[in-house]
Amino acid sequence: MKILICLSNVPDTTTKAKFVNDNTAFDTTGVQWIINPWDELALTRAIELKSDAANSIDNITVITVGGKDAEPTMRKALAIGADDAVRVDAEPKDAYYVAAQIAEYLKSNPFDLIFSGIESADYNGSAVGGMIAEFLNIPSISAVSKMNIENGQVNITREIDGGTEDVTSELPVVSIVQKGIAKEPMIAAMRGIMMARKKPLNVVAPVEIEALTEIVNFELPQAKPACKMIEPENVKELVSLLQNEAKVI
Amino acid sequence: MGKDLTIKGGEFLLKKTEANSIFIPEEFDEEQLMIAQTCDDFLEAEIFPILDRIDSQEEGLMRSVVEKAGELGLLGVSIPEEYDGFGQSFVTSMLASERMGAGNSFAVAFSAHTGIGSLPIAYYGNHEQKQKYLTKLATGEWAGAYCLTEPGAGSDANSGKTKAVLSEDGKHYIMNGQKMWITNGGFADVQTVFAKIDNDRVYSAFIVEKNWDGIVLNPEEKKMGIKGSSTRQIFYNDVKVPIENLLGKRGEGFRIALNILHMGRIKLGGNVLGAAKRAISQAINYANERKQFGTLIANFGSIKHKIAEQAIRTFTTECAVYRVSKDIDNAIEINKAEEGCDYGRAVMGAFGEYGAEAAIMKVFGSETLDYVVDEMVQIMGGMGFSAEMPADKAYRDSRINRIFEGTNEVNRLIITDTIIKRGQKNHIPLFEKAKEIIAGLDNLTDTFETKGYYEDKLVFVENFKNIAMMLMEAAVNKFDRKLMQEQEVQNSISDILMNVYVAESTMLRVQKAEATQSEEMIKIYKDMLDVYIFETASLINKHALDAIYSIDDDELSDKLVKGTQIYTKVSGVNVKDARRRIADKLIEENKYCF
Repeated sequence: MKILICLSNVPDTTTKAKFVNDNTAFDTTGVQWIINPWDELALTRAIELKSDAANSIDNITVITVGGKDAEPTMRKALAIGADDAVRVDAEPKDAYYVAAQIAEYLKSNPFDLIFSGIESADYNGSAVGGMIAEFLNIPSISAVSKMNIENGQVNITREIDGGTEDVTSELPVVSIVQKGIAKEPMIAAMRGIMMARKKPLNVVAPVEIEALTEIVNFELPQAKPACKMIEPENVKELVSLLQNEAKVI
Repeated sequence: MGKDLTIKGGEFLLKKTEANSIFIPEEFDEEQLMIAQTCDDFLEAEIFPILDRIDSQEEGLMRSVVEKAGELGLLGVSIPEEYDGFGQSFVTSMLASERMGAGNSFAVAFSAHTGIGSLPIAYYGNHEQKQKYLTKLATGEWAGAYCLTEPGAGSDANSGKTKAVLSEDGKHYIMNGQKMWITNGGFADVQTVFAKIDNDRVYSAFIVEKNWDGIVLNPEEKKMGIKGSSTRQIFYNDVKVPIENLLGKRGEGFRIALNILHMGRIKLGGNVLGAAKRAISQAINYANERKQFGTLIANFGSIKHKIAEQAIRTFTTECAVYRVSKDIDNAIEINKAEEGCDYGRAVMGAFGEYGAEAAIMKVFGSETLDYVVDEMVQIMGGMGFSAEMPADKAYRDSRINRIFEGTNEVNRLIITDTIIKRGQKNHIPLFEKAKEIIAGLDNLTDTFETKGYYEDKLVFVENFKNIAMMLMEAAVNKFDRKLMQEQEVQNSISDILMNVYVAESTMLRVQKAEATQSEEMIKIYKDMLDVYIFETASLINKHALDAIYSIDDDELSDKLVKGTQIYTKVSGVNVKDARRRIADKLIEENKYCF
């Protein structure tokens, strides 16, 4: 069985976002790039599944649509435990573009189990996994928080409003995972780091696809206004402020 | 050994080093950064959540986290691959030490295990010894300790009384004695123990296993800081040490001990960086949250001064630490290429070469960290004094760094003494140059003209070097071999030497970093360099005058004072604005970010 992890290269989650070119582009100066946290959990779960010989998983591949500057993040995935990596050599324009590129790769390189994080920590589109499944006409299951392999199919628990739902699916399937799929991301061990440079990182050319969307403008959230402290005995003032100023009651 | 070195130990005083020839932290490669990240992730996942449990010495806990570090391969970074390690460069092992240095008591256990606990066997062990012990130390299956200090032999380490006498059948040494302040003593399976065979004047080194009959451990020492680190007194009562466990040659123990200490001192310079960066980040986090007089305390000039100064001292330490680490790597490679030089001797030769620089990093680094944690407490005010806050642990844990691996007092003597001896033995042409400088003092005039940013800095640094050299000449001239009894004079000269080395390293880093860093970052780097050089000039002036009037040479004093006044003249710097710019960047990033 072969697993593919869709991996986004995203700014560290503590990055202070700044924009350039009239607020139309993200300023990457000094930004530290990491594996999208949800994708990292997916990778961790895939490695856990592979470590159980009963699951007969031969290979874990990570795929990224991105420029050469995404390679350190991909090699990190190889250090953590992926077997090989594929980089589609194109800037990720939007979710549709990324999904189409990955789907195109999958058409000629079939995988049994495709993981995608539920969202990416930069644009939070939550769209790539579902789109890949649609392009390939295979099932996708979202909000996956538990997953096991049994008798050639997957048993999945997904989060739904107020509870969970257990589903099974034939393979291939796109599993769109969220927190809970693995406890903590795995730490790259020294041996893995040393092996990463020896593992294949293949670069493939993108197919020609029009992006469907265009970024017009970025805006930072407004700074939080100063906190007003009200003395405990002034309940009337509090109510009045909540009604008239905050307009929440 | 070391004939073809680009720069010899102590030669920084005499040589103008090109910026391009040094290593700077901006040049860590992807793999090194990944190793650093693994260390950070490990601390975040396994150590930070249980710092208090570690400090309460919960049974078996420290041993288990050391083992976990071993599972990730972090104990084998500098162990050769054939002994289950990863054979990484010294620079890489320093980077790992730096990152792990943020781990409070765990950092001490880690450092003792991977450094003084494992490396004597790695560098001096024969193949069988390495096969038997080093492989287990590299993976964490066994833990290591280093047993040198005795109740009556601390700084004067070779005065120990532990004895090893060959048994009648010639198969064992019978060891008797007592060691104290043994880090990891409570759980280390393997100890490198220093003892004197028969009536030898100098030590030999032995590999000893904890479970052998006759080894008795005292209870854990109660300490001011690093409370989670196991520190024991160990007694050896007729312990039978097989003769094959003699490490290196008979009588080689003290040399092993000294060389391992050189290594440990530089490593300590790396360790304190990790601790300092974390302390600074925590202090900034607090300053960015705490409001007084209606505004964040991060907006106050006094707080900005502290934050900036913490960062400047940490940054400058880092410049020098990685510069000498790479010099050591280069020396190891050159030594290895020499015929008949095995790996261990190549490495030890390199550490020996840079013994003075190692002592500089030990003293400067430990005093940097003490400054950083002291100001961390101060920035946090009352909360800094609360045992509930991280400043408490950071403050207590820092203090030992000025004591272990040779006290800073011993290391200050080593700095001056080592460089003077290298001059006297003609390893470096120190005294020829020093005599020239003194001869030139009569005609010395203040003719400084500004020529450009780095050109000016170079002049200042070269001038500082001149002061160090003229004082060494004057001190040797006056006291000759009795200089060892003039520790105060040596201390003053050592302080100058430290500041010279750090100032030059910082200048070279900033200059080299221009090629890769953003303009905004280089501006801040230059602010740090400006403030450091400006402050250092005053410090050197003070130490030089202290030394000159203490040497009290009737003929020379006036000339030396004149030289000092001219050689410590530097361009004025608006230190207030420079520090504010540095602090503003740190406050914006809400963490140490250089």
